[in-house]
This record gives sequence, structure tokens and C-alpha cells, in this order.
Amino acid sequence: MAPYRPRGLELPAHKAVASAAPISTAPAPAVAVLALDQGSGRAARAVVAPGDRVRVGTRIAVTTGEATTPVHAPVAGRVLAIETRPMPSGDGPCVLIENDGSDDREREARPLAWAGLEPIALAAALGDAGVAGYGGAAFPAATKLAAARRHEAHHLVLNGAECEPWICCDDALMRTRAHDVVLGAQVLMHAMGAARCTVAIEDDKPEAMAALQAAVEAARDARIAIAGVSACYPAGAERTLLEAVTGIEVPHGAWPPESGLLCHNVGTAAAAAAVVRGEPVTSRIVTVTGSGVARPGNFEARLGTPVSTLVEACGGYTDRPLRLIAGGSMMGRALATDEVPVTLALNCVLVATADDLVERGPEHACIRCGDCADVCPPRLLPQQLLLGVIANDPETLERHGLADCIECGCCDYVCPSAIPLTARFRTARAEARVRESARRRADDLRERHARHVKRLDAASEAERRAFETARDHARGQGG
Amino acid sequence: MRFATSPAPFVYAGYSVPRVMFQVLLALAPVAMVQVALYGPGPLLQLAVAVPTALACEALAMRLRGREAGAALRDGSVLVTAALLALSVTPLAPWWLTLAGVAVAVLLGKHVYGGLGHNPFNPAMVGYAAMLVAFPLAMSRWPVPLDAAGTDWSSLAIQSWHAFLGTASRGDFDAWTGATALDALRSGLAQRYTMEEIAARSGLGPLAGAGSQWVNVAAVAGGAYLLLRGVVRWHIPASMLAGLALPALVMHALDPGAYPGPVFECFSGAAMLGAFFIATDPVTAAASDRGRLVYGAGIGFLTWVIRHWGGYPDGVAFAVLTMNLAAPLIDRWTIPRIHGHPR
Amino acid sequence: MSAADIAGAALIAGGLAVALGAGLRRAIARVPADSGALATCIDALLPQTQCGRCTYAGCRPYAEAIARGEAGADQCPPGGDDTARALAALLGREPRPVNPDYGEIGAPLVALIDEARCIGCARCLPACPVDAIVGAKKRMHTVIADLCTGCDLCLPPCPVDCIAMVPAPSVEPRRVA
Repeated sequence: MAPYRPRGLELPAHKAVASAAPISTAPAPAVAVLALDQGSGRAARAVVAPGDRVRVGTRIAVTTGEATTPVHAPVAGRVLAIETRPMPSGDGPCVLIENDGSDDREREARPLAWAGLEPIALAAALGDAGVAGYGGAAFPAATKLAAARRHEAHHLVLNGAECEPWICCDDALMRTRAHDVVLGAQVLMHAMGAARCTVAIEDDKPEAMAALQAAVEAARDARIAIAGVSACYPAGAERTLLEAVTGIEVPHGAWPPESGLLCHNVGTAAAAAAVVRGEPVTSRIVTVTGSGVARPGNFEARLGTPVSTLVEACGGYTDRPLRLIAGGSMMGRALATDEVPVTLALNCVLVATADDLVERGPEHACIRCGDCADVCPPRLLPQQLLLGVIANDPETLERHGLADCIECGCCDYVCPSAIPLTARFRTARAEARVRESARRRADDLRERHARHVKRLDAASEAERRAFETARDHARGQGG
Repeated sequence: MRFATSPAPFVYAGYSVPRVMFQVLLALAPVAMVQVALYGPGPLLQLAVAVPTALACEALAMRLRGREAGAALRDGSVLVTAALLALSVTPLAPWWLTLAGVAVAVLLGKHVYGGLGHNPFNPAMVGYAAMLVAFPLAMSRWPVPLDAAGTDWSSLAIQSWHAFLGTASRGDFDAWTGATALDALRSGLAQRYTMEEIAARSGLGPLAGAGSQWVNVAAVAGGAYLLLRGVVRWHIPASMLAGLALPALVMHALDPGAYPGPVFECFSGAAMLGAFFIATDPVTAAASDRGRLVYGAGIGFLTWVIRHWGGYPDGVAFAVLTMNLAAPLIDRWTIPRIHGHPR
Repeated sequence: MSAADIAGAALIAGGLAVALGAGLRRAIARVPADSGALATCIDALLPQTQCGRCTYAGCRPYAEAIARGEAGADQCPPGGDDTARALAALLGREPRPVNPDYGEIGAPLVALIDEARCIGCARCLPACPVDAIVGAKKRMHTVIADLCTGCDLCLPPCPVDCIAMVPAPSVEPRRVA
């Protein structure tokens, strides 16, 4: 098997400033803005109403089935309102809780005897507590663990790569709370029935690697190994990371559990550790960085804390920053306002001035130089995809693997014609998903109609006549 | 506080189209210098008419298409077309011939398809092929180079000047011009001379024909620069030269009297210029590395076929245009395996 | 040039043209020769509304008619111009917009039963081509909006005219291709 050759870019990391100081605790917000959609794309259902009194850890939203996690109050106080507010990933419904400063807890932290639980029960406990992916997608951990059990996936890979420039919350976590990561690894392994775990860390993070190594040795768990991956953006992209660490290429259209693997962020592992200590999911580590803040750093921030509060904790804005970015400089989303709250998916706030950004040059036509294809991690041909997008030709897009685009931005970075490729592909992928769901719906309808016809054929004469009359009537009307 | 938004990513490498074009022009400098040293100032005269014509045609085309001309002129791509054409034609071409060729290249080879990035055919080769087919005689008048016996630079200068202005007569041309190595090969073989006899009669140099062998060496130097700077990938030059050299190797071994060897093939005519500068035009080449290997090999092989079994002494222009036709099909058949897709 | 030269050149050029043409045909061949398989390909592009506006008894009969060469590719209003274009591309025909003789292209609609007026006669149940109406004789009937294709075949059989077509609530598009 040929060794995996990473494809991507070597980018300046910009992480040293923010990770120099230890993780500080961000001030609790005066009003916590709890998004019902913590980043997965689907909203949970609120179970509180304005006027209700809640405490830290009170469940304020329950799952609705698909891709949602329960949400727990991070502060104690009164529910002010449930309304639509701007969030890191767009506008969405939020529960606003006024912080009364008491920090009363719903229940005392009761450690969980997790090792004695059945994997299903442990996964349910994690899901109940609101554990979702901390890597940016906020997908419910319980769903992934269930898939891993279903497919008997035995290898847990913890993603500590953190390849995107500026973001260093995972690095800070690994350096200072390595024991939590190791405990979390053990918890997740038990919840999915895994036999081994590999923690993948970029090789430009030697302190994190050393800290985790020490923690694994202290835990005396031979099942957990540390693997270094080359610091090439985007080393942390799930599928290519899994190939780099295990040599296994998860097939297109399949999920990692079907190949015996499960990938979780190191932050998710730490959250699992917190849950078995008895704490619900009410906070995450957020990197606040960029030349636009006075003192960049990593913060343990409660969910619902407005970004403006975090910026204040950093000493405020420096000169007029150009962009407020949720995420890093390659895949982040530029925010219109700093009143956006922290969610599980928000790993970094990049306050960028002109020094941190590079302005895009004037856009030319594609000269088909192929530089984009050289750096594309899933080995696509972005120049051919661009042709498909311009021609609005779904067949070309499918043939060249638009569905496999991870929207990493590498092609944009190198394009000499300054074409906004990633934005075009993102739109095209959304359109393709819409087309795909329409096709699936049509397939369902075709089957229903076939069954309907079959049923009528076997039914009484009267029913058949009624159907034919209705159709002739309609044909006469519309024909 | 409110902020302006824009889509990710927020940083860029800073590559630009004008920079790529500039590097190609820089890499062509050795070719121009060697041509001027060996053939007289003709190439400079060709450049003097090609460049302004190209810029004017580009501006005209953009106006006709209802677009702003400045952006197109600033990207430098038409300068590369002009330079390639000027350095591909004979130094003794009259000004009107080069002007017409450049106009065809820019207007019919590029803008009629939508401008930069949209042309399926290499514009310089479109212009060259049009000139060759319309004025075969004028296009085949190459001066006797300096490294062949019996000529000096100042006479070459006078010849170039007269030829350029169009004041030379047919008799003048008869006196000034000599067969290129490929010309000599063609006519010699047609008259049933063997390779040794042709070599003896036409004074071939260590690599190939006098004059053009050094131009090819200069093209290699320029090409090496482009390879090192990453402007050009190795796949097309390597496969084109392989496509040219392998048939030569085989046929030379089978019948040395009738076919030249691979070194001769690769250093004569527009072989090296084609390999590093013409075939590598990204707009008209294949999209993937595997596709580029097929594309380049096709150009090399077709060049060899046209040189030895076709109707022209050099086949690079037509080989490139033919493979331009095939490039979309090559792209369709050489899509690289995407991560996660079956092997 | 001798006659042999001309013949040889003609043969080579002609042979190359035939070979490349055949290769090109094979490369772009998307349309299966057998008409049943062709009908399946066509049906795969249709929205499965089963409304009969194309004058055929459902989407599959329409697909079969196209495959037989009897019907045009522009007779499906629920599919819209996108479907008409996709069908034309599949069949190698000139794309045409949907023929307005077969109906207007409109926003997606679903049927809504006014439960206050419904008398429970169950005449609309067999009319629905995808069984999207639940109910039984003398029981309340209701339309499952997610399954309703907007074909409005349930309207004529209702004796009390209690069914109306209203804008579809879901964001899922109804057109294919």
C-alpha cells in the first residue's frame, strides 16, 4: 500500500500569539443567547417559555430526532424570550436567558460510573448531556457512536490536527488538559465498542504531543496511541486524515463507521470526560485572535456568550478591523455583527485587520493552469468543476466529484485568476443537494404510484371506474 | 459593532496571470537572443510588428465584444501569443505577413471563442498555420545562419531589413536563403539521398541543422527556467519529446539511411520551442497530469509523422492544433481517481 | 499524385473518420437502444406527479409514448423547463420550453381538505395516484402534504367541493433534473 502523500498547502500558522497564555475563563454573559441549532444545521425544540426560571444545567431544548442535540442552560436566571437572532452560521431561533449571577445549578455534579454501563447506555448519557462535535460541525455524538456500534467499528481516531491557521483551541486543550482528552478517549471507546484509539496531531505541535503522550502513559492505557501527521493544510479534513492515520480510504458515499473507523474532535473527547464527571455541556474553548484584538488568547466560554464579550475580555478591538470571522482564515465565515453568540460549532473568532488578510486580485477567466488540481486534497479537478458550474451541467459536476469537495479553500488560495472557486462550489453543492432530494422524492412517488395501481387492479370494479373517471375528467379539463 | 462580509478564504498566495505571462516572456529571451545572434535582427523586426498588432487587435476585439479593453491588455497573455509567433516565423518574413498572422491569431484564434481561457486552439499556432497555408513560399524562406559557412551578421542585417519591408525580389531571396535542416532532409530524401549524404551536403552541426539547433538549445534553457519556477509541469515537455524521439529511435535503427536519429529530431525545427512553450499552453492542453502525458505524446508523435510522412517539413503547428481538438476527449478519459472512489 | 496515392490517402482519411466517428458515438452514447430501457431512462427524469396533464395516464405511460416517438419532450408542466431541457438532452433533440397547451407552470401546490365540509364519502381516495389521502368511508379525510404531488385529480370526484389547492408548505422542490 503506497504511503499517503498529503495534498494541500503549507500555510503560516499564526497560532503562537494566542496559545502563549493559558486558557482563561471568559466572563459569563449578562444575557445568554442559546441557539437551538448549535451548528449542526437543525434546531432542537425549546421546552421552556418566556418567564420560566432556569438554573445552570436545566434542559431548555430537546432533540427532534435528526441531527439535533439537547441544549442546557449555561447560566441561571429567567428566560427572556425565544426569538430569531444572528448566529455564526446564519440566523436562527434562540432562547435568551437573563443571567441573575447566582450560577445555581440544576443538580450537583454526580460522577457517572461509566465503565460499568452498557455502551448503548453510555452513548445515550452522552447524547442526553448534549455532547456534539466540537470540531465545527456540531453533529450529535450519540448518533455517530450508534453508527459505530452498528457497523462494529473498532478504531477511534481523535482529530487533534487543527490544521487551519489562527485556530489553536485544540492545541491549548491538549497541552493543558491532556488527561481530560485521554479520559474522554476511553469513554468514547467504551461507548462505541472500540478496541483502539489513535490521537492524530500535526507534527508542528510538539508540546501537545508530549503532553498527550505523558497523559496516556499516566493512564497506562496501551490501546491509545499518538500519531503525528504532517502540518499541511487541511490535514484535519476527516477522510484524508483517516487515510493518513490508518491507511484506509473511506469509500465515496459511505461513512467512516462502514470502514471500521470513527473520528471525533479532541474537544468532543474532553466534553465526554466532563459529562462523566457529572457536568452537562454548557461551554467550550474558543480562540479569540487576530491583529484586531489587543490580547489574543484561548477562553473557556459558556455557550450563548456574545462574541463582543469575548473581544472585551481580550482587551477590546485595536484599530478598525476589516473582518470578524467565525473560524479560521481559510474556511471561516465572515460575521456581520459581534452580537453573535458562542455555539458548540464556534471554535475561533478571528478579528482580522488588513495585516492578516490578503486582498483578492481582479478576477480573470480561468487559464486552466491546473494549480488548483495540484493542491486539491480529495484529488479533484477544480478547473473542470468550474466549467461544469459555468455551464450548469450536473453531469459534468457529478463526473468530476463535486460531492467530494470539502470546501477547504486551497484552490482559491493558489488561483492566479483570483476566481472565487470555493464560493461557486458551495453554491453548486447546495443546488446539487436540492436536485438529489427532488430525485429521491420522485423515486418515492413512483413507487407509491406503482403500489396504488397494483392495489386498484386488485380492488373492486367500482373503485377502478372511479379512478378512470377522475383521470378522464382531469384530462378533459386540463388537456 | 457591525462588519462587512465576504466569502472564504480570506488569504491568497498572490499568484497572478500577468506574473505567469511575464515569466514565460522572460524564458523566451534566450530564444530571441540566439535567433538574433545567428539569423540577424529579423526576429526583433518581427517582434516590433507582432507586439503592437497583437495589442491593437486585442483592444479592438474587446471593444467589439462590448468589454473594457484595459483588463485584457494588462493580463499580458496576448504578448505571449505575439512573441511565440514572432519567434516561430522565419526572420525574413515581410511585415504584412506577420501582421496578418498575428491578427488571425488574436482575432480568430482567441477572441472569436470568448477571449482568454475560452479558446480551444493555441492562438499562436492558429496564426502560424494560417500563414503557412496561405503563403507557403514566404514562410519557408529562412536565412543562412551565422554558424554555417559564408555569411556575416551585417549582411544578415541588410537582408532582414529588405525582406521585412518587402523590398526584396525573388532573386534576392534565392541568394540569401538556404534550406533549413528539415527542408534539406525532406528534399534530400525525396531525391533518394541517404542521411549521410544529406548531412554532408547541408552542413549539419553536432546536434541538428546549423542555426536552429542552437535555437532549440536556447529553448531548453528557457524551458528549464519555467520548470524550476513551476510555471510549466514536466509532463508535456517530457512526453512530447518522448513522442518525437521514440519513433525516431526505432525508425533510425531500422533504416538509418532514411530516418534521422532522436537527437536530430529533438533539436531541429520548433521541437524544443514546441515542447516547452507551445504545447504547454495551459488553456488548450489537457487538464490532468495523466492527460498531459497523453496529450504531449500525441503532439510529439504527430510531429514526427508529419515531418516524415506528411506534407510539411515541420509538423509542430499542425500536431498541436490536432491535439487541441483531442484535448476534451483526453480529459474525459483521464480523470484522476478521486479520493474514496474505486481504483 | 498518382491514382494509388489518392486512393491510399482517401482510404486512410476515410477510415480514420469512420473509426473516430464510431468511437465518438460510443463515448457520448447515453440513450439505450431498447425502447423499454429508454422509457425507464425518460421516466427517471419525470417528477412523478402522475397528474395526466401530458394527456397520458401517468408519468410512465408518457415516458413510453416519448420512447415510441409519439409524444414530445415538452408536455410536462410540473417538471417545468428544467425537465423539458433534460429530456431533450437525453433524446438528442432541440430543447424547447414546456408547451403551454398542456398547462401552466406554477408554484408547487398541495391539496387541502376543508375538514368542516368533508362528508367522508371516500370518493377522493382512489383518485389520488400516490395514495396521499388517508381516511375511510364516514371518517374524516386528510391529505398528507409531504406526499401530495399537486396533481389535483382529487378535486373532480369530491361532491361537496371541499378540496382546495394551496401553496406547498415544504421547501423541497418538486421538479427533477
